[in-house]
Formats: sequence, C-alpha cells, structure tokens
Amino acid sequence: MVTYKTVGGRIFKVINAIFLGSLAMISLVPIINILAISFSSGQAAAAGKVFLWPINFNLNAYKFVMSNPIFWNSFWVSIKRVIIGVPVNLILIILTAYPLSLTNKELKGRSFFSWFFMFSMLFSGGLIPLYLTIQMTGLIDSFWSLVVPSAVPVYYVIIMINFFRQVPKEIVEASEIDGAGYFGILFKIMVPLVKPAIATIILLCFILHWNSWFDGLLYIGQQNKQPLQSYLQALLARPIDVGALARNPEQWKVMQFVNERTVKSAQIFIATIPIMIIYPIAQNYFIKGGMLGAVKG
Amino acid sequence: MKRLIIRKKRKSNQKRLLYFKKAMPLYLMLIPAIIIIFIYCYIPMAGNIIAFQKFSAAKGLFSSKQTWVGLDNFKYIFSMKNTHQVIYNTIFISFFKIILSIIVPLIVALLLNEVTKTWYKRTVQTIVYFPYFISWVILSGILFDILSPSTGIVNSILSVFNIDPIYFLGNENTFPWVVIISDTWKNYGFNTILYLTAITSVSQELYESAAIDGAGILKRMWNVTIPGILPIIILVSVLSLGNILNAGFEQVFNLATPTVYSTGDIIDTLVYRMSIGASGGASQYSAATAIGLFKSFISFIMISIGYYLAKRYADYRVF
Repeated sequence: MVTYKTVGGRIFKVINAIFLGSLAMISLVPIINILAISFSSGQAAAAGKVFLWPINFNLNAYKFVMSNPIFWNSFWVSIKRVIIGVPVNLILIILTAYPLSLTNKELKGRSFFSWFFMFSMLFSGGLIPLYLTIQMTGLIDSFWSLVVPSAVPVYYVIIMINFFRQVPKEIVEASEIDGAGYFGILFKIMVPLVKPAIATIILLCFILHWNSWFDGLLYIGQQNKQPLQSYLQALLARPIDVGALARNPEQWKVMQFVNERTVKSAQIFIATIPIMIIYPIAQNYFIKGGMLGAVKG
Repeated sequence: MKRLIIRKKRKSNQKRLLYFKKAMPLYLMLIPAIIIIFIYCYIPMAGNIIAFQKFSAAKGLFSSKQTWVGLDNFKYIFSMKNTHQVIYNTIFISFFKIILSIIVPLIVALLLNEVTKTWYKRTVQTIVYFPYFISWVILSGILFDILSPSTGIVNSILSVFNIDPIYFLGNENTFPWVVIISDTWKNYGFNTILYLTAITSVSQELYESAAIDGAGILKRMWNVTIPGILPIIILVSVLSLGNILNAGFEQVFNLATPTVYSTGDIIDTLVYRMSIGASGGASQYSAATAIGLFKSFISFIMISIGYYLAKRYADYRVF
C-alpha cells in the first residue's frame, strides 16, 4: 500500500476518513431514527422530537404490534414462504446450473437451453397475461403462488453456473473414471466443493423471498394469507388510525401510549430483524464471490 | 462400400445411443426448471397478444373468440393525454438513476481504496451496503417518516439552517429527485463493492512506480486506478442501458401519491393502475398490456445492444 508522507497527503487522509464516515452515517441514521422512534412515547414521536435516542423509553409500540394477530399471521406466512421457497429455489438452481455449466459436447443443445433461460430474463410477459397464467394454473389465493412462479431465479442460476465452472476439471475427471454418473458427480463431488456458493445462493434466495410483496398483493386476496411485506405495504403507505387497528384488550391497554408513528416504526423494525441477523454473515459471502460469479462471466 | 456405410451408420447410431444413455440425467435435471420457466415466463410472454385484441377476460387468454383489433390499442395509448408525460417521467428518473449508479459508487470506491486501515474500510463498506437488502416497502415506510414535513428528521435538520419544511414526497418538483436520490442511496453499496474488488486486482507495482514518479493522489486515481478498472466501468454502464425504461416500479409504487403523478407517474405504475382499473372506470386489460409490451420491446432492444457492446468492448459473456 502506498503511504502518505506529505502534509497534503495526511490532510487528505483525515478528510477522506471523515467523509466516508459521514456516508456510512447517512446509510444508518434513517434506520436508527426509526428504531429510536419505535421505543419512544407516542407524544414525543408525534412532536417530532426523537432523533437517534428514544425519548421516554418504553415497549408499548411493540406490545401493541405483538398483540396484533394479523401481523403475526403474516409474519408466519413469510416464515413459511422462506422455509419452503428457499429449498425449492436451491434444488432447482443446482439442478439447472450444473448441466448448463458443462461443455456443448457433454450436453448437446446446451446453447439452446442457455438461451431458453436467458431470453426469459430479457423479455417479460405483461402483468395481465401473467396474472391470467397464475389463474389458469389455479394458484390465485394459494400459498403456492408465492413459491412456484418464482421457483427458478434465472439470475442466480447464472451465478451458480459460474461457480460450477470454477471447479477444476481434474477432480471431476477422476471421478468419471470411477464410473459415477452425472447425478453422482453433481451431488457427491460438485455440491460439496461449492459450499460457499450454496451459502451465497441460500442467502440471496432468503432475502428475495423475505422482501417480496408484489406477488402476495396481486395473487392473494385475503389479508390473512398474505406475507408480511404485502401486509405492511398496505399499511405503511397510508395514514392509519391506531384506534381502528386495535382489536383486543391487550392492544386497548397500551393504545393511549402509542401513536401511528411508533406503531409503524415498530413494525418496520420487526420486519427488518431477519435481514439484520442474516446480513453480517451474508455480506461476507457476497463480497467473496456472490456477485463476482455473475460478473466475471 | 455399402456395407461400410451401414457399419459406419450403425456405429454412429451406437455412439448416439451411448451419448444419450450417459447424458440422460442431464436432461432430466433441466426438465423441472424448463417446465416452470415455460409456464410462468413464456406463456405470459405469448399472452402479450392481448395487446392486439379487444380482450375480454371471460373468454379466456388464448381463446379464438377474442376480437382482433390490430394496432388500435397502441394508437389509443399514444393518443392518451398522459402517456407522453409518463414516458418522459420514466426516462427522466431512470436516466439520472443510471448516471448516479455509475458515478457515485466509483467515487466512493476510489476513496475507500485510499483508506489504509482495513477495519475502517470494511466497516464503511458493510454499512453502506446494508440498505441494498431492505425492501422498498420497508424503505418507503422509513422515507415517509423521515421526510415528513411536520415530524421528519430531515426537515428538523433543515430547520436548524432556517429552511422552511419541505414536503418532499408531496411536491411534484421534489418527488422525482427523492426517487432518484433514495434509489442511489439504497443501491450504491453494491457497485461500490464491485469496483473495489476490481481495484484490488490492479497491479500494486503500478501504484508504487506512480508514487516514485511523484504522482499525487488524484493523478494516481486518474492514471492508474481508473484505467485499471475501466473494463468493469464500461460493463456496468452498457449493461444498465436495458434499464432506461425501468424507473423502478417497486419504489415508485410505494412512494407516489396522486398529487405527484404529473412528474412521478412511470410506465409501470400506469400499467398497474390501468390493469386493476384504479384510475376510474373498468380495467383496460388490452391497453395496459400494449403499454407494457411497448416497454418490454424497447427494453429488449436496449438490453441486446448492451450485451453486444459488453461482449465487444469488455469481453463479457453471460454463459
């Protein structure tokens, strides 16, 4: 690394560090602000006094949200969606990426299949035709509308292809002599060798499923079947009346201590917790190879 | 002679049989994904034909009873008063998003590269990358709150400088810029890390010899780092060509209110509203699909140009 010996160089270094630190602050402050609001009293939040630290620290907004059955119901739908959707994605991504990572000689028609998948990313079907297709396959109002149509994320298939290609040929050839078929090679040799890639894909799919909301909004009419992000979509974008939202004695108890802002903030924060948990692990993998797999080509 | 040909044929048949016996599992592996992509991507793609029909949902998607109207739907949408405005809004927003998504990460990556303390570099990197992983539903909830004219943190900060509260999300002049800037804020971490990884592969010797030659920090960035990562900059730029009509549905849908439609309504949100019949009256399935198809078509051409240029100038292949 080049070191800075001149005075100008030192000054640059300090200013640079301060500037980058402020950038990081700009990324974090909005989220910390929301967190602080969610722990503040309703009056302080309504007066717009909360900055980065809660005023009159309390958990009432969380108590209010937690005793809201619809919130937990949709939270559960989201969990279910991740638990079922991510393994489905993973299996299909592995199964699709492996043949496409081979040569044209090993898989005749590989270029055709590659283009088949590629083109599906380049050109999209319209909203109405897609909806009608979902309807024709009987998935409207079904939990499976959240899993099946998005079961093959082509972009992640491409990432996986690039990971498979990084596995040295010699290892695969050695096992071919042992007489293993392609299924054997894939699951006994390739999959264990690309564990970091699989971790990356799992995390990407987790985030994809956790953050999706449009499909839930479009395909699922009943609110109690919608995933969390779809439920929140309807809630966060417009003014809500906390009083009308309260449905049970637990909520009535804390109702006077909360307001629209604290309740919304608490919901935002709860919905972000899974991402916050997974992010520190995830970003390590992403830097190591997740997106590079896609770009190196 | 004849026998030889037959034998040769038999041999090649045998070879083919052997190949298929061996490669069968590979085709089996592809089948599930092919079926899903066919049903949920290709059928809706073919379903775009309703843009050329006077579509009635009761008759069914590929029914022969639908009435064909040729290009009438396209004539209709381009005669609509707000279509031109919506296309302009879309291009305005996505143009600035593309420019900023190339330049901002580049600057941040160049500056991060000058940080010698690894822990500081990593921490900044980790933090600025975080918003990339939060959905627009959540982020719009956050933006509504922090940009609120009465209680939001941004206007509280502005009031310190004696600036009157600005209703950022409710004002048609500020709305597109809120969309552009918040999108940059959410996503710049991704490309920053992309550029940073590329920078680490630039030869250290070049830096050292530049330093010996007495090149200052700016000169070094300009003459060593930027040329070193130029291929990746070109790649990011040409691949974003395909986004020229993508102003970001998820973001605008969650942030826009009818008061800012004049500058904030984009193609995708218009298609959505026409589809569900939100703008009053019945759903206009065919007209909505026509606009969507117009967008897909232009995007497809732009993406193809992008890939062509990427292959030509950055030696990039997808597969």
